[in-house]
Amino acid sequence: MSPPPLEIHDLTVAYHKKPVLWGVDLVVPPGKLVGIVGPNGAGKSTLIKAAMGLLPVSSGWVKVFGEPVAKNLRRVGYVPQRESVDWDFPVSVMDVVLMGRYGKLGLLKRPTKADHDKARECLDKVKMLPYANRQISNLSGGQQQRVFLARALAQESDLYFMDEPFSGVDAATESAIIALLHELRAAGKTLLVVHHDLPTARNYFDMLLLLNMRVVAFGPTEEVFNYETLQKTYGGRLTILSEVAEAVRVKG
Amino acid sequence: MNSRTNRTTVRLLYLLSSLLYLLFTTPAHAARIGDLSETSLWDQALRFLTFQDPSVRYALLGSMLLGISCGLLGSFLVVRKMALVGDALSHAVLPGVALGFLWNMSKDPVAIFIGATLAGLLGTAVVNLLKQTTPLKEDTALGLVLASFFAVGICLVTMIQRLPTGNKSGIDKFLFGQAAAIGAADVQLMAVVTGLVVVVIALFYKEFLVTSFDAGFARAVGLPVQAFHYGLMLLLAFAVVIALQAVGVVLVSAMLITPAAAAYLLTDRMHRMLLLAAVFGMAAGALGAFLSFLGNNLPTGPFMVLAATAVFAAAFLFGPRHGIVARWWRQRSRAARIQRENTLKAIYHVLEARNFQGEGVSFSELAERRRETEEEIQVQAAALARHELATLPGEADALFLTPAGWQTACAIVRNHRLWELYLTHTAQIAPDHVHEDAEKIEHVLGEDMVRELERRLNYATKDPHGKVIPGVPVMLETKPEATPGYGRSA
Repeated sequence: MSPPPLEIHDLTVAYHKKPVLWGVDLVVPPGKLVGIVGPNGAGKSTLIKAAMGLLPVSSGWVKVFGEPVAKNLRRVGYVPQRESVDWDFPVSVMDVVLMGRYGKLGLLKRPTKADHDKARECLDKVKMLPYANRQISNLSGGQQQRVFLARALAQESDLYFMDEPFSGVDAATESAIIALLHELRAAGKTLLVVHHDLPTARNYFDMLLLLNMRVVAFGPTEEVFNYETLQKTYGGRLTILSEVAEAVRVKG
Repeated sequence: MNSRTNRTTVRLLYLLSSLLYLLFTTPAHAARIGDLSETSLWDQALRFLTFQDPSVRYALLGSMLLGISCGLLGSFLVVRKMALVGDALSHAVLPGVALGFLWNMSKDPVAIFIGATLAGLLGTAVVNLLKQTTPLKEDTALGLVLASFFAVGICLVTMIQRLPTGNKSGIDKFLFGQAAAIGAADVQLMAVVTGLVVVVIALFYKEFLVTSFDAGFARAVGLPVQAFHYGLMLLLAFAVVIALQAVGVVLVSAMLITPAAAAYLLTDRMHRMLLLAAVFGMAAGALGAFLSFLGNNLPTGPFMVLAATAVFAAAFLFGPRHGIVARWWRQRSRAARIQRENTLKAIYHVLEARNFQGEGVSFSELAERRRETEEEIQVQAAALARHELATLPGEADALFLTPAGWQTACAIVRNHRLWELYLTHTAQIAPDHVHEDAEKIEHVLGEDMVRELERRLNYATKDPHGKVIPGVPVMLETKPEATPGYGRSA
């Protein structure tokens, strides 16, 4: 049996000593489209960043396809939040998508013609090829998101982490993105997508991870999307946990 | 091994004792700026431009080298929004310069280079420490470090000048820069550092690009983002230090920021920005060295910075995309186009009012329609004629539309009426509210948008006020001699 795309064991993450994620255990089976939902401050972005090793963790470990994540980063693709970069940066759409090839290229190597072809192919998939030589400023929110998706596609990974790819996009882009995600899943990729909108979460994803500083529920959408778990995720019963977190910060 | 440690100990003791000595000496006179005797402006220019004097060659070469390295590294500071870091770093190196000087009481470039680099890195480390251990934000930490390190530096420099040998030291040149003080050894060091900067940026261009643009993504593809950040800081410290002698501590950050900022206004690709910034930095360096030489070795730094600022001002004023002249010109031509289109629309309305009978439209009809004087109409008619949208046959005080003019008039009226219809139908806005909006939108609707509107409105033919929405006649390649009835009747 091949190792799962993502295995997280007892992961705890803290910012300035204040824990924001407690003891997360997670095993994601291959070929699934997984939505990560939860209220603001639930640690959704933190979870995927920590899973990729972008944040220091207090305890626990993360394995990607059976290896520590740092060793297997080439099999991981990433779509950061759109707001995390400066869209006035002097680069073209093509330059950004080519960045998806950098991980495979390694140090000191320039993108080859094959990399340019791949980048063009990915831009075409998100219908942004006509914009390839434009500077990234003046793109609409939906277009910016498509560029980030094209960059992730260019990574040719097996496991994808996407941080709110649907935020601030128009309806056409939203349905184009979801079609693309389904296409990736059909190709055997595993996708973890941070999502903000509960009503659509039910329709978009195979599995849901309900998160509020810890894993409230994880399983097939039809099993976990019910009143009780949502109440647990979004309801007020977690005040104790956040109070303790605050106490840890003050006294720790 | 042993003798080397001994020598180091001796030097440390020497350094310490000179510091102690400094604390208890009486003030002497500060060094005068400008060591050379007075000569005429013309003689100085000639001396500079013939390059016969080796000190001129060193000054020019050194100034150009520092311009290149500052321009390249400054570009990364600008796109990373770290301009203040350059400022803090450049001020933080001053104590290191003074200590490097005290090491063996001479302007040994290597000792000063090492001292200044260490001080710069210490400053950066303190900024990081403050950021990580306190709730203070980066700008405050930078301000603190900048001021405190600079204060220490000024104290040390002043004390060195009070030493018996101090007032001949030229250490004061490090404050405002003196290109003429650059010697052969300095130029060698500058060449090495600039070469290093160029090679490192060329080799790791894609890594610097992705870590600057999207550090999170860069880490997710496995790049050592921190290492590149510190590498950049180290190169920056090097560049600042080699620039010190010619530009001076106070203004060196301007050589980092100004050429890069000018380049940023002129291009939207990183590699072109790097190239432009390097060229601008080099030009500013050469010009600054020349001007300071003309003025009998005035401080070089201010002249260099002024030269760079002139380049920036030119980019700001005359840049093709962001330049204010270009922007003003674009606004003007847009306003002129809208004026022309409004005149054409008025002509259409006049023709429509008489059921498209007759061809010419007299100025008085138009003046009445637009509620303007005939003189104003004449100006507008002349503008239409210049753009071949209408002809003005002789003294007739009337104008005749060309096919192109007729086409544009139809397009504008169509845009106006389509938009009114769209607002009333789809957006459910009352018909008497839509005119003002359509007056603006009619000038900006593109062909694609018009097709989309027509499709959504089921190719309607009447606007909300019951007026016909004109089709746009196909433009003929060869102009017909006359356009009877404008090819369409109501």
